[in-house]
Amino acid sequence: MIVNLPVPFGKISRRCVGALKAVQAEHVAPQVYSTRSSSSTLPRITTHYTVYPRNKDPRWEGLEMERFADEADVVIVGGGPAGLSAAIRLKQLANQHEKELRVCVVEKASQIGAHTLSGACLEPTALSELIPDWKERGAPLNTPVTEDKFSILTEKYRIPVPILPGLPMNNHGNYLVRLGHFVRWLGEQAEELGVELYPGYAAAEVLFHEDGSVKGIATNDVGIAKDGSPKDVFERGMELHAKVTLFGEGCHGHLAKQLYKQFNLRENCEPQTYAIGLKELWVIDEKKWHPGRAEHSVGWPLNRNTYGGSFLYHLNEGEPLVAVGFVVGLDYTNPYLSPFREFQRWKHHPSVMSTLEGGNRIAYGARALNEGGSQSIPKVTFPGGMLIGCSPGFMNVPKIKGTHTAMKSGMLAAESAFSKITDENLQSETAGLYIPEYEEAFKKSWIWKELYSVRNIRPSFHSYFGLYGGMVYTGIFYWILRGKEPWTLKHNGLDSAQLKPAKDCTPIEYPKPDGKISFDLLSSVALSGTNHEHDQPPHLTLKDDSVPVAQNLAIYDGPEQRFCPAGVYEYVPLETSDGMRLQINAQNCVHCKTCDIKDPSQNINWVVPEGSGGPAYNGM
Amino acid sequence: MHRSSEVKHVASYLNTRGCECFGQPCESHCPVLTDRTIHVQLKTFIKIRVKPDRTGVVTDGVKHSMNPFCEIAVEEAIKLKEKKLVKEVVAVSCGPQQVQETIRTALAMGADRGIHVEVSGKDYETLGPLQVSKIFAALAKKEQADLIILGKQAIDDDCNQTGQMIAALLDWPQGTFASEMTLEADKMKVVREVDGGLETIKIKLPAVVTADLRLNTPRYATLPNIMKAKKKKIANVKPADLGVDVCSRLEVLKVDEPPQRQAGVKVETVDDLVGKLKEAGRV
Repeated sequence: MIVNLPVPFGKISRRCVGALKAVQAEHVAPQVYSTRSSSSTLPRITTHYTVYPRNKDPRWEGLEMERFADEADVVIVGGGPAGLSAAIRLKQLANQHEKELRVCVVEKASQIGAHTLSGACLEPTALSELIPDWKERGAPLNTPVTEDKFSILTEKYRIPVPILPGLPMNNHGNYLVRLGHFVRWLGEQAEELGVELYPGYAAAEVLFHEDGSVKGIATNDVGIAKDGSPKDVFERGMELHAKVTLFGEGCHGHLAKQLYKQFNLRENCEPQTYAIGLKELWVIDEKKWHPGRAEHSVGWPLNRNTYGGSFLYHLNEGEPLVAVGFVVGLDYTNPYLSPFREFQRWKHHPSVMSTLEGGNRIAYGARALNEGGSQSIPKVTFPGGMLIGCSPGFMNVPKIKGTHTAMKSGMLAAESAFSKITDENLQSETAGLYIPEYEEAFKKSWIWKELYSVRNIRPSFHSYFGLYGGMVYTGIFYWILRGKEPWTLKHNGLDSAQLKPAKDCTPIEYPKPDGKISFDLLSSVALSGTNHEHDQPPHLTLKDDSVPVAQNLAIYDGPEQRFCPAGVYEYVPLETSDGMRLQINAQNCVHCKTCDIKDPSQNINWVVPEGSGGPAYNGM
Repeated sequence: MHRSSEVKHVASYLNTRGCECFGQPCESHCPVLTDRTIHVQLKTFIKIRVKPDRTGVVTDGVKHSMNPFCEIAVEEAIKLKEKKLVKEVVAVSCGPQQVQETIRTALAMGADRGIHVEVSGKDYETLGPLQVSKIFAALAKKEQADLIILGKQAIDDDCNQTGQMIAALLDWPQGTFASEMTLEADKMKVVREVDGGLETIKIKLPAVVTADLRLNTPRYATLPNIMKAKKKKIANVKPADLGVDVCSRLEVLKVDEPPQRQAGVKVETVDDLVGKLKEAGRV
């Protein structure tokens, strides 16, 4: 099921291009090779070379696998708030000290900002430190928060909760922004300073020196067919070597996942716990538009033991625009829960419908976010590299803000890297620089103070009282004690281990989308503008092709069909015999990473597809 | 009903004038340049929105990239260069600052140099095939090109006019909808995709060829080539320098979304069908 996108114009040429692609696809048989790790009756799903190495594959014999390599001083993976802030800070320091520094940023999106998705309510602290004259430079912070509303929802009613000053949800001094546009502006600032930005090129591999330190990254190969064989246009990616590599891939980065194992970075911290955030942009009736209003809610439609809530931000960007979204904690236990359908259902609440009625939905997207706070922060520095931004995870959960801390972490990494790189007397033990100063700096900074003070709020939801326990805890301990209590509550463990078997849970009856307020999944995915080169190995790789049907479907009724916000996973009946098989519609993927996080068998490994693929968010 | 907000690129030109190699492919002693026309167009998979004032579509923040048919055109030019049949490939684009990115992609694919014809603001919004073909014709004379290769049409406006207009303005022969092109001495053999099948023609150079889908599969612009392309030159030119007036003769009155598709109605018998058709005034 490929998303059939409505095309008001250019139909003929699109059909032309579509026809050619279909012709090209005909020669690719989906079940070419006899499966190795799956049973012989199941068609092969995974063809990616990370699961089936090419040096053992006869189709790759004799092919030139040498890569062109280039040297930079610092390579940054990810052109988001953290990566760009680091790049900008490095160049600022270089100019200040009159030193030459080559800084390269690789970004998998086709343009900077196209994979950025957030509420967002930005706290301008880090921005003012980085670029004090941001207003004169035209940073798109156009909507200062004028009003904060917080409520607990029941099925029909809305109970307002006062936001007293001092509570984390108080947004005085903050701005409602379209983060994608803000990131685009950061990209422009970076380019002005001489940073080399390379959107459309994904970092696919971490490179290591002989001594085990990080040497740099390699970008993705192009021209591999769906069945894993080389196409005529096959070209190797290139290697970018650096003295230090900063990894700013955002929440649950795929390279970070490898680095955690490689350098044992998570041995002294709790596993990260996540949530999925779904978001839409709506143009609404002018009479209902109150620019500067930030509304948050908890409660309905989630039960008290499922963490989550909503946001509705009235943006002041020319037309009556609201950013509306829903967050569901990924430690939910019921495999029948669908975060997408909870979101669609929530919009029908009378207090929300009154705003959206008569409006027009113009964008949709989703992304996982961190909820672990200070308990889940791994070691952030290792020989040759550092982790910045939402990748290690600096989100302040009760504030629902992570951009300011991500930016600050990028800046701190840049500052510590700069002094090490330009130190002429440096005697480094490893070929890739090891910079423990970054970890010390971040522990002394306001990031740590902030995260430490709110560390117990999210875990306080894990009790029997769920949501209410959490709110009481926040009211008493945070508001009064500001997180100074001497204990640190723990999370529940891995999100993927939280699902109960389907037989122990009740299916949830979701209402049908009405096409005006709530919508179906496919039309939503179409709005994300996502697309990938179709003739490439699916980038949602399975370690074992037989596990989805044998475990996920058998025990948990296939939760991936429900938690994926893009309809990538579908269980379809087998053509020739009884039973089901998993179909992966990789083209729909919006790079949210939820599957990699929530798969109860931890069998799904998200790897990066060919660069430029993925969503085409515009100011999300 | 959509507005084209594309930017057209004109690639460089073949120059085999005065070449004395009869019956033999032009070798490197003839400076031969290939032309490419590259369109920048609105990326296909993005949901396009009509602007609130109904004068066009929203283009702000939408990723613009090289028109697929123009990518094929660039690829063909570079293939000709690799076969040593042309000497220089010049990629040209008309539009605001952003088009430089698209020219760089062409340079990364293998073009030798670029020309950016600066058209921005209101002029850019009303830029259409007639003005672009005038710009190309002027550039062709200036650069003394011998071959102009363009994509057959831009996928945002589907005009399918620029190539043909250039040929008319220059009084050059044209081979449109090419699915195959072969240089034979001073003639270009072009296999054209037409409604009835395939038509093979031979046209004398200098000529205009427009690329169709099956001409080739464009190569990827790899990162090392993008980096190298930063060193290649892009010249800046204004339409006025070429003596071209980009004023449009067309005025867009209104842009609307397509009407919502109505649900179908099932009928039980033929009589019902006829009855319903009569009701709708169709019979």
